Amino acid sequence: MSDIKINMTINGQAVETTADPRTLLIHFLREDQNLTGPHIGCDTSHCGACTVDMNGKSVKSCTVFVGQANGADIVTIEGIAEADGTLHALQEAFRQNHGLQCGFCTPGMITRAYRLLQENPNPTEEEIRYGISGNLCRCTGYQNIVKSIQIAAEELSHKEAAE
Amino acid sequence: MIPGSFEYHRPSSLDDAIGLLSSLGEDALLVAGGHSLIPMMKLRMAMPEHLVDLQDVQSLKSITVDTNQISLGAMVTQAELIASDELHAACPILRETSLQIADPQIRNLGTIGGNVANGDPGNDMPAIMQMLGATYVLAGPQGTREIAARDFYEAAFFTAREDGEILTTIKFDTPTAGHGWAYEKQKRKIGDYATAAAAVVLTVSGGVCETASIGLTNVADTPLWAEEAAGVLVGSALDEATIKTAANAAVAITDPALDGRGPVEFRKHIAGIMVQRAVAKAAQRAQ
Ligand SMILES: Cc1cc2nc3c(=O)[nH]c(=O)nc-3n(C[C@H](O)[C@H](O)[C@H](O)COP(=O)(O)OP(=O)(O)OC[C@H]3O[C@@H](n4cnc5c(N)ncnc54)[C@H](O)[C@@H]3O)c2cc1C
Ligand code: FES
Ligand code: FES
Repeated sequence: MSDIKINMTINGQAVETTADPRTLLIHFLREDQNLTGPHIGCDTSHCGACTVDMNGKSVKSCTVFVGQANGADIVTIEGIAEADGTLHALQEAFRQNHGLQCGFCTPGMITRAYRLLQENPNPTEEEIRYGISGNLCRCTGYQNIVKSIQIAAEELSHKEAAE
Repeated sequence: MIPGSFEYHRPSSLDDAIGLLSSLGEDALLVAGGHSLIPMMKLRMAMPEHLVDLQDVQSLKSITVDTNQISLGAMVTQAELIASDELHAACPILRETSLQIADPQIRNLGTIGGNVANGDPGNDMPAIMQMLGATYVLAGPQGTREIAARDFYEAAFFTAREDGEILTTIKFDTPTAGHGWAYEKQKRKIGDYATAAAAVVLTVSGGVCETASIGLTNVADTPLWAEEAAGVLVGSALDEATIKTAANAAVAITDPALDGRGPVEFRKHIAGIMVQRAVAKAAQRAQ
């Protein structure tokens, strides 16, 4: 089948290329763009390890065709830290508070939480748990993930108040 | 799991989409949010040669709420349904139901049109639309036609939609102000399809139930409108004994499949419990 033209912005960079329409966004990101941060956990839209930000919304990139993402603005875990390498408050909080064990779910968790905190900067514990209900973790039991997101939310609101 | 090959099309108007569907024939499928279709394509349960993506068809994206009628464009996402305060004020069961569908990521892409057109008995919105007495508007090469949600579902994944038709709008009468509502869904875990679920809207005046409608999800190969069960409620004080009789009448029309969600008898039992809980909650909420 004929390839289609692909134009999108990924982590602030314009990308122009072609791809086979059957390519899933996760494969395009990992194999074509060498962005191996987003993971493939289940490949069945359940685990959220493949979560990326698409036009300001969290989506599961294993269930999006590359053509559907044409024209979109994509942010992956690689685009969340600052350009000089300073970690985002969420990344720092996960690191400080044992928000990960094996780390497999972490890129999806942080990318999801990154959007959640923009939609709801001061979430309750329950709102965090519902907010990350599309992301599975097989290691942590979620306690420290929720705690890390709470701490990052506080950190971000202090930062905002200071600015 | 990489789906089979296909050509990708993204028309920007409804007419173009209808034209594409007719010229490409039966090997073409529509894609809305893709969250039922892409999993089926990965399993090769769907193998379209062409996908026609509706995301650029702006005319399918509006939510209109007025005192008499509510209409929802097919491409409105579940997340947009949840976010609309105007819709919530007029018909709160839609937010309550949408919040019980899948998870935030899936609701960002999954659409109301895809949910009701899909024909999967596990989908939650078809029973809601049957319960509300909604009408579906279908547009095809011969023009548009309307069909009642209660007549739309034929069997699992078989609906009254013809190949070249696009579901454009879902519309229904705005429920009476002060109505009671509830969607009670038993599921194994958050994000799962229902083991059984019940949707109820009713009105109460002077302690007596004036109108009632009940829909059931995932307890037969189509959604079910439990007309007789609702009839039991009308004229009653919605006391425990009447609610139980109504639930039994609802259970009597169920015919669930045996699957990972439990044996047939269990799912029927759960359906009855969901009806009882939904009616009791709706009665409590009615003004
Ligand atoms: C992990 C997971 C859990 C889920 N849990 C639930 C759940 O609990 N409850 C629930 O209800 N759903 C659930 N879903 C399904 C989800 O809600 C889907 O988004 C929805 O069923 C289909 O909507 P869509 O926009 O994604 O449609 P698509 O997948 O794009 O399309 C589905 C079908 O409808 C057809 N179609 C789409 N739009 C139109 C149109 N306008 N006119 C005519 N035909 C059309 C397509 O051709 C296709 O055959 C779940 C999905 C996943 C992946
Ligand atoms: S890999 Fe996409 S949800 Fe699991
Ligand atoms: S840290 Fe191992 S899956 Fe979450």
